[in-house]
Amino acid sequence: MNAQLLTFIFVGISFSLYIGIAIRSRAKSTSDFYIADKGVNPIANGMATAADWMSAASFISMAGIISFLGKDGAVYLMGWTGGYVLLALLLAPYLRKFGQYTVPDFIGTRYYSDAARLVAVLCLIFISFTYIAGQMRGVGIVFSRFLEVDIDLGVIIGMTIVFFYAVLGGMKGITYTQVAQYCVLIFAYLVPAIFISILITNNPVPQFGFGDQISGSSTYLLDKLDRLNVELGFNEYTSNTKSNIDVFFITAALMFGTAGLPHVIVRFFTVPKVSDARKSAGYALIFIALLYTTAPAVSAFARVNFIESVQEVEYENAPGWFKNWEQIGLIAWKDKNEDGRLNYSAGDALEGVKPIYSEGRGEYGERKVLNDANFENLNEIYIDRDIMVLANPEIAKLPNWVIALVAAGALAAALSTAAGLLLVISSSISHDLLKKTLMPKITERQELFYARLAAASAIIVAGLFGIYPPGFVAQVVAFAFGLAASTIFPALFLGIFFSRVNKEGAIAGMISGLLVTSSYIIYFKFIRPDLNEATNWIFGISPEGFGFFGMFINFLVAILITFCFRRPPKKIDLLIKDLRSP
Amino acid sequence: MSYWKANLLILSVILSIWFIVSFGFGIIWSENLDAISIGGFKLGFWFAQQGSIYVFVILIFVYVNLMNRLDKKFKSKDKD
Repeated sequence: MNAQLLTFIFVGISFSLYIGIAIRSRAKSTSDFYIADKGVNPIANGMATAADWMSAASFISMAGIISFLGKDGAVYLMGWTGGYVLLALLLAPYLRKFGQYTVPDFIGTRYYSDAARLVAVLCLIFISFTYIAGQMRGVGIVFSRFLEVDIDLGVIIGMTIVFFYAVLGGMKGITYTQVAQYCVLIFAYLVPAIFISILITNNPVPQFGFGDQISGSSTYLLDKLDRLNVELGFNEYTSNTKSNIDVFFITAALMFGTAGLPHVIVRFFTVPKVSDARKSAGYALIFIALLYTTAPAVSAFARVNFIESVQEVEYENAPGWFKNWEQIGLIAWKDKNEDGRLNYSAGDALEGVKPIYSEGRGEYGERKVLNDANFENLNEIYIDRDIMVLANPEIAKLPNWVIALVAAGALAAALSTAAGLLLVISSSISHDLLKKTLMPKITERQELFYARLAAASAIIVAGLFGIYPPGFVAQVVAFAFGLAASTIFPALFLGIFFSRVNKEGAIAGMISGLLVTSSYIIYFKFIRPDLNEATNWIFGISPEGFGFFGMFINFLVAILITFCFRRPPKKIDLLIKDLRSP
Repeated sequence: MSYWKANLLILSVILSIWFIVSFGFGIIWSENLDAISIGGFKLGFWFAQQGSIYVFVILIFVYVNLMNRLDKKFKSKDKD
């Protein structure tokens, strides 16, 4: 059977599974809708958290990025897992003990202030929409490449599915579909990785395989990769390229940002007991680690395979996947030395980096690009990093059903994360903005209605992001983590561990963290992108890592301002005492 | 020792290990560790891309166990 038909079947089966689960788990109360009535088993919650957390970026993009960055790619591996230790130790159990519905709820109650609640709602909405835009792009890519469906139609299909289980089932529906989605996505990630590991190193465990010898020779895979990289003008694959301080700050910003992401935190509100919240964080990290320890192996395999299957090959004989992805617009070739062969090496192939295609075909049948060739280097190939995972099974010539599986897995990863984000957006609007601030008199039934309405509207906005993708998606991802690290994490942490911190301190801290981090990112990403290089950065910290700096500013300001104002009222002392008791 | 003090002690020990393994072995001393090779992995590279993640998982479960024991010692029931 051909790959496209198989993909239709796999995606169709997985989608009907999600809808079936949605119909079985309708939300009946606000507690059902916001936190699944605290009835989720910690292992199931661990799986749901893993699916919630692992987005299109983890599934599709991460291994590709590491493949090009080499060792420095570890910032994502450590940054996006290490945050769970912080979450398990510093936040999850206490917030579960608090026992309310949302993250702004905790901030508003702990700092006895609607202003603090609103600042938290604003940060949350901004972070979550930034994130959703990325998911929708992932859905679009998968639909257009594997199903040859128009991107817009693909996004609409995806949104309809999410609409079903998020609006009907709320957190309850989302949780159980996420469990199913985790199983789909991890299976889809591991199967090709195991296949490729066996093909290249004869070792069925990818985590060990990429440190093993290439089968039939005594050369270690990583040594070969180091050599290939150097030959082509890149740095050694296993050596540092970025400065240590920058790697340190990016890793830290991603870790503290992860711990401060509302859609992840809220998952720990859904388990029955405080001890379950701790346990659940552990299970979540096991399930996440399964993918995250496989990813760097996939990166290394993909890089070797990619280089070996294109280097010096005549365009006419280029592999099928090369031309397929060229057709989608994620690969381009400019024959600089006019030898008709694909030459890959370090540097940007084209002026202006991204290809702008024209209608016609070149001498060898390649898509013509309008960009001038960049003659500062010899590289002729533009390749979008995002395709490494998706094209990997094709590059390694795996059977068609594996290719179909990867498409279903990528959709599961994107949809599960989108649903989790939509839920925190809708609950912060219906619960924090309406019920707790603007319309305190509404009944539970009305609140539930508004929650569904907010979820439905958020889905439409997210769908529009997918159909008209803002060009700045890649630039704003740094934002989501930077803001979570510099606003939400410190407010929660201080709220639990420093009882003296009052509302004035917390609000001033959040606002200064927000301003410092966002002005640094906006300056280097939007106002003067030409200056965005190490020599101009403060202490050599890139915008991606600046959230960690913003976090310290937040702590500093919050503590200084706190001591200028009165202690928090007695009832807050009691609240904190309760959080800190077993 | 009070419940909260014991809790803070556990936190600081686990977070120190967390820091040493990820930021220490994976970043700060990573190039020094690269001098040692295990199989085809340079050790610093392995900590950055594999080892730190395994340690994170172990740390959370150690924490879960210590806290469950502490909870039992203070004999209060997990309400709600």
